Amino acid sequence: MAEKTKKIKKPGWKELPEADLIIGGGTALEFKTGDWRSERPVHIPEKCINCLTCWAYCPDSAVIVKEGKVVGFNYDYCKGCGICMHECPVKGKAIKMVPERDAKTETRK
Amino acid sequence: MAKSNILARTGNEAMAEAMRQVNPDVVAAYPITPATEIVQIFASFVADGLVDTEFVPVESEHSAMSACIGAASAGGRVMTGTSSQGLALMAEMLYIAAGLRLPIVLSDVNRALSSPINIHCDHSDTMMVRDSGWIQIFSENAQEAYDNMVQAVKIAEAVKLPVVVTTDGFIISHGMERIEILDDAEVKKFIGDYKPEHYLLNFEKPITVGALDLTDYYFEHKRQEIEAMKASTPVIIAVGSEFGKKTGRSYGLFEKYKMEDAEAVMIAMGSTAGTAKVKIDELRAKGLKAGLLKPRVFRPFPKEEIADALKGAKAVAVMDRSDSMNAQEGPLCLEVKAALYDKAANKPVLNYVYGLGGREIKPEDIGTVFDDLFEASKGKEKPGVSYLGVRE
Repeated sequence: MAEKTKKIKKPGWKELPEADLIIGGGTALEFKTGDWRSERPVHIPEKCINCLTCWAYCPDSAVIVKEGKVVGFNYDYCKGCGICMHECPVKGKAIKMVPERDAKTETRK
Repeated sequence: MAKSNILARTGNEAMAEAMRQVNPDVVAAYPITPATEIVQIFASFVADGLVDTEFVPVESEHSAMSACIGAASAGGRVMTGTSSQGLALMAEMLYIAAGLRLPIVLSDVNRALSSPINIHCDHSDTMMVRDSGWIQIFSENAQEAYDNMVQAVKIAEAVKLPVVVTTDGFIISHGMERIEILDDAEVKKFIGDYKPEHYLLNFEKPITVGALDLTDYYFEHKRQEIEAMKASTPVIIAVGSEFGKKTGRSYGLFEKYKMEDAEAVMIAMGSTAGTAKVKIDELRAKGLKAGLLKPRVFRPFPKEEIADALKGAKAVAVMDRSDSMNAQEGPLCLEVKAALYDKAANKPVLNYVYGLGGREIKPEDIGTVFDDLFEASKGKEKPGVSYLGVRE
């Protein structure tokens, strides 16, 4: 993710709309609110009992559930608060928090 | 030239008259001496149906400017008025109006800031917000107050920056003068319709106003604002000359009075410029080469133009009707000195802080400044900063 941000060339002052205006409606959709996360949750499917407690507690609706099963997290919007991990009732936890700097090697699909 | 109507009006009445002719969409204001009359008179225009304005009486100046910002963001032509503590209370919102590039026009009747509490003229209120991003235009008399208010609307909308037009509290605001005003239709034609490119009530083209702007974008938007202030100079000159064609009263960045061969030059803003002209006429009658440079536009500061205009001067006196509390020169003097430094113009520049809290300045006082200037121009050492009219 950090790599991706580096490649985006941000507009200079001559290109930006004046007065800090955002032109057009519904632009909040384009805003990825998870870009300041310092730790990310990582799902451990072997331990998960699919009780969906994490899904119910997530304040950013970032737990992805398919056909009644947790399949991962939406890292565009996950702010890394760790509530999912905290609430996970499984002994030994089916979610672990991984520092972003280590995320590339640790993240499982 | 357009027909002019001759009236007897105080400075406040003249400004209210200009506002009536502009017929803004919204005026939000809170009363404060000595500016109260401007919006009070305007409120009666609203009550009498002479304007179409939505008048919003608010509970403070902070709210007044907030309501102005909201109305201007919505797409309206917006005006207000205040003074001193009121302008200080608006300070937070003044920066926001400028940052959002809203062409609000504000009449500020210059009055001293507390403490000690005082209701009379000095320029400390306007100077306090000199870095807020507002174009600042000073008026010498009620005629200029009217003329500047009309021009301010056109300038603000052309460069997308708010404009404050000032008069001197009581001296101009409550002094009655003979003024000439245009016909209502002429003012309407001069300022034209306001057609903002983006505004909140345009449902066809939705926008977001005032979004959070952190390390990634704030600097770029401020850079745009700086550029707008730079670009306002030619607009101010063009509007001043177009106004001149209509009325016979042309305006630039500053006025030069008997400057052609002047050796001793005074720089003064507001009503003091009028007093200085009287004294300069006396000195000229005695064959002394005295002149006046009257800055009309303080923001943007006409740095190069002023430095050029001072080329022939042997000594300069800068009159500051406020102090920067920097234990140095007043704000106007610092700007003038910076302008001269860039031209490597090494000549005596004397600073006179005067008239704080409405302390009177008379032609005799101006005379003592010119005495100093003529001595300084002959090489005599003079104090850099003097406090003119204070009791020792």
